[in-house]
Amino acid sequence: MDFALALGDDALIAAQRLAEWTTRAPEMEEDVALANIALDQLGAARLLLSYAGELEGAGRDEDTLAYLRDDREFRNCLLVELPNGDFAVTMAKLLVLAAYQVPLYTALAACPDERLAAIGAKARKESAYHLDHAALWVKRLGDGTEESYRRMQAGIDQIWPYADELFAAWPDAPVDPATLRSEFDDTVTAVLAEATLTVPEVAWTPAGGRDGVHTEHLSYLLAEMQVLHRAHPGVRW
Amino acid sequence: MYGNDFPGEDPPGGLLGEVEAAEVALRAAAARDRGAAEPGGDLAAYFAEVVDADQKIEPRDWMPEAYRRTLIRQIAQHAHSEIIGMQPEGNWISRAPSLKRKAILLAKVQDEAGHGLYLYAAAETLGVSRDELVDLLLSGRQKYSSIFNYPTLSWADVGAIGWLVDGAAIVNQVPLCRCSYGPYARAMIRVCKEESFHQRQGYEILHTLAHGTPAQKAMAQDSVDRWWYPSLAMFGPPDGDSTHSAQSMAWKIKRFSNDELRQRFVDMCVGQAEALGLRIPDPELRWNDDRQAYDFTQPDYDELMQVINGNGPCNRQRMEHRRRAHREGAWVREAATAYAAKRAEKEKVAA
Repeated sequence: MDFALALGDDALIAAQRLAEWTTRAPEMEEDVALANIALDQLGAARLLLSYAGELEGAGRDEDTLAYLRDDREFRNCLLVELPNGDFAVTMAKLLVLAAYQVPLYTALAACPDERLAAIGAKARKESAYHLDHAALWVKRLGDGTEESYRRMQAGIDQIWPYADELFAAWPDAPVDPATLRSEFDDTVTAVLAEATLTVPEVAWTPAGGRDGVHTEHLSYLLAEMQVLHRAHPGVRW
Repeated sequence: MYGNDFPGEDPPGGLLGEVEAAEVALRAAAARDRGAAEPGGDLAAYFAEVVDADQKIEPRDWMPEAYRRTLIRQIAQHAHSEIIGMQPEGNWISRAPSLKRKAILLAKVQDEAGHGLYLYAAAETLGVSRDELVDLLLSGRQKYSSIFNYPTLSWADVGAIGWLVDGAAIVNQVPLCRCSYGPYARAMIRVCKEESFHQRQGYEILHTLAHGTPAQKAMAQDSVDRWWYPSLAMFGPPDGDSTHSAQSMAWKIKRFSNDELRQRFVDMCVGQAEALGLRIPDPELRWNDDRQAYDFTQPDYDELMQVINGNGPCNRQRMEHRRRAHREGAWVREAATAYAAKRAEKEKVAA
């Protein structure tokens, strides 16, 4: 259950952040694209959370898990809860997330748990599109104007430390994320090189999300997401 | 599509059948031999002939300059309305009360962005660019539908917008599926089909609330109370005061008058409100046997004029939100242009 919950929370919180861009994107086409990606993440989150609830066997469904847990009970990585920042920060976040989710879901598609395998098979195709989209924007911004280069490098610098947590060893999980690191590094460094950007030196690698120890941002995100649901306990929507 | 994955009760009296009939008529018109304008012939006469025969005017055809200007104005305002209309509903995406509702709402708002893009493309066939039209919106020289200058104060407003606002939009737009300008008619067929799903989703939200707890039902009723008259005002001023109507009717851009469409909308809503178990906030609403239609209280047209002139509750907020997104996205669009230019340059060198 912990693994499905962690992945489901990653997808849910990523969807919540991406959806914040709706009506605010730099181009109308990008509004559509970001909503698309948010919908994919939300779709994966619903499948994963529903399955996590079934594995737990305590009668919690996707909404109970999404709306009635506090931040200390969420298991998402810190990366996805970070504020959107400017468009460059958001694309840096999406690049790191998608470059992690593609090999993760691909490996999951081959794991013995049939439900997780089916979710992985569906989600990996979507993640491949997310990765393409983020990579294209990182290249455009990195190799665009002086200002976009400056912002894109700053975005990567800000986000890069949070990548480490994604690959913390989890030996008894259906897929051990530690095994995905080299593919991630290859993907991302190639994109950054083409974008004329520098891979940051990292001395600080924050973590704690998988144990429910989050940044200060998550509680605010949940307060907004959960407010209406919690105001009317037990009703149908 | 995540948006339509639930079995729902259909609101009675849907207009999807009319959209389909318009699509059939469009295909039939395309199949009939339209005949070509003779070289050196009378272009104005040919234009009138095509319109009279319920054929479609296409971008390559000659058309009166005023017809072109009227269409540009109308299609652009429609496109602007889709884009600005994303804001009031987008306001509730982050707080949607279930993950299913969140997915449906996000997909809906995304559809509206898609409609906006599609309509801008239809306007572009008339020789104007999207950038020009967006500038006209941002500088306040072109309008969008006044309904979006009202705030969404509760979750039920998402339902009321779907049921009433999208419902009114469909009543307005279904006749446009038979508009004489081909690209607009085709755009409207596609838009109306998606709007009818939106209306059904809104109706379903209200239906669930109206059959929920007393607090949920009160939320739904409050929302209908606030959105009813602004929705009636969406059909525009009464026929006597409408400035663009007569010529648009003659050109078959418009097929019914504002008051005819408003009546059609009221007649459609009464039964739906009963099925919802919600009250339409009009003590004068009653069936008129002579007219075979409902009598109803007109919306406050002074209020409509106030909102059109910029003094609705959210005019400033909506415009500032759009301007800000445009302004803050400028560096991204510039980067995309610069990147594309560099790539083109590299390809030229390589070739």
